[in-house]
Amino acid sequence: MSENRSVITLANLTREKIEYLLQMATEFERHPNRRMLEGKVVATLFFEPSTRTRLSFETAANRLGARVIGFADPKITSGTKGESLKDTIKMVSNYADVIIMRHYLEGAARYASEVTDVPIINAGDGSNQHPSQTMLDMYSIFKTQGTLDNLHIHLVGDLKYGRTVHSLLMAMRHFNPTFHFIAPKELEMPEEYKIYCHQQNIRFTEGTDLNEDVISTADILYMTRVQKERFTDLMEYERVKDAYILSADMLTKAKDNMKILHPLPRINEIKADVDDNPHAYYFQQAQNGLYAREALISDVLNYTLDDITNDQTIIS
Amino acid sequence: MNNRKLLVSAIENGTVIDHIPCDRTNDVVTLLKLHLLTSTVMIGINLNSEKVGKKSIIKVADRYFTDEELNQLSVIAPDVTLCIIRNYEVVEKKRVEMPEELCNIVKCANPKCITNNEPMRTIFHVIDKHQGIMKCHYCEKEQRIKDAKLK
Repeated sequence: MSENRSVITLANLTREKIEYLLQMATEFERHPNRRMLEGKVVATLFFEPSTRTRLSFETAANRLGARVIGFADPKITSGTKGESLKDTIKMVSNYADVIIMRHYLEGAARYASEVTDVPIINAGDGSNQHPSQTMLDMYSIFKTQGTLDNLHIHLVGDLKYGRTVHSLLMAMRHFNPTFHFIAPKELEMPEEYKIYCHQQNIRFTEGTDLNEDVISTADILYMTRVQKERFTDLMEYERVKDAYILSADMLTKAKDNMKILHPLPRINEIKADVDDNPHAYYFQQAQNGLYAREALISDVLNYTLDDITNDQTIIS
Repeated sequence: MNNRKLLVSAIENGTVIDHIPCDRTNDVVTLLKLHLLTSTVMIGINLNSEKVGKKSIIKVADRYFTDEELNQLSVIAPDVTLCIIRNYEVVEKKRVEMPEELCNIVKCANPKCITNNEPMRTIFHVIDKHQGIMKCHYCEKEQRIKDAKLK
């Protein structure tokens, strides 16, 4: 099977490619509505439900003029009749120009990309990769800071199971970041990622406290939810679930440019009084997902930045 | 050797796999599919060895293996020695080398990996030969080669 343009992970992308995709996203933010993909069919196969990611991808496809087919509930698919993933992907490949898939098994998207020539976009494979989330995180950082270089990024909460923080860490390696890992002992950054940081010359510090002084050094404060579904020991979950709750009064010493990101959904780790604070950015961050996903879909379908910049199908 | 009685008969032509850890004898048979051969295969278990204490030896008559086949053994028995026999003489001695990639030899330890839930081959990238660490091509989980179970 020939190599196709699938997006399975961002870990291997060059700095140039990441910047190229961010420029595409910037163009899409200027003109999100187009007929560029008229005549194309985008399949969204969600073997695991994820309303937020699915709606964002489907909106991106619709705003580019593509038609969308697929399923949001794995119970209605032939998978429940025992059909293999390979057969499902082979079947859908006959209909669609690009397949966007979320799967509960790790490595599912990689495997799918090996059994078809239709490009696959990984919309999350178990606790492994979620590249479109990373792309929108990076776009949000780029937009709010004007650069990706030399930033101080504080990652807070569940750094053990949270795949978004792991992917972000790896994708930021080209940009000389300084990370500050803030987590309870039970949820600290796994050793393999610390080794990765050493190998890539990424500076990092570790701590357990989140307070005004810690926040004062951050350019980006990346909050995460402690995910109940990842715990086998619910007593442990109860012990750590409220470890970090960000409130507006903790932001008094924050730098002017500091923005708070969160992959959402949040439970109680960010108090509602932060929502109207100028540092809060998590809702705009979700909106940026639309432009980042428009960029990913266009890129796998072989559209270039030039095509997008000189697009004649823009709907004003 | 001439003065000592051979516990396992000599072979005229073929391959001798020596210094197999006793508890890995069956794995060597499985990995090289020796149970499917029609030629003579002699297996000696719990033989005394000056080097390793107890060991197993497998003598396979009339069969030579490619390096690729033999290198699979590095996963389960990295210290085996191999003797190529022609006309009762050892014409070549070899050791196995850990390949860069392990293709369909072992299972992924991650139960949530696609390879454990779909009829498909496994692929691992050996990322640290010295420490024996491999990484699943699909779920990307790093794992120790010596803990791996044969597929």
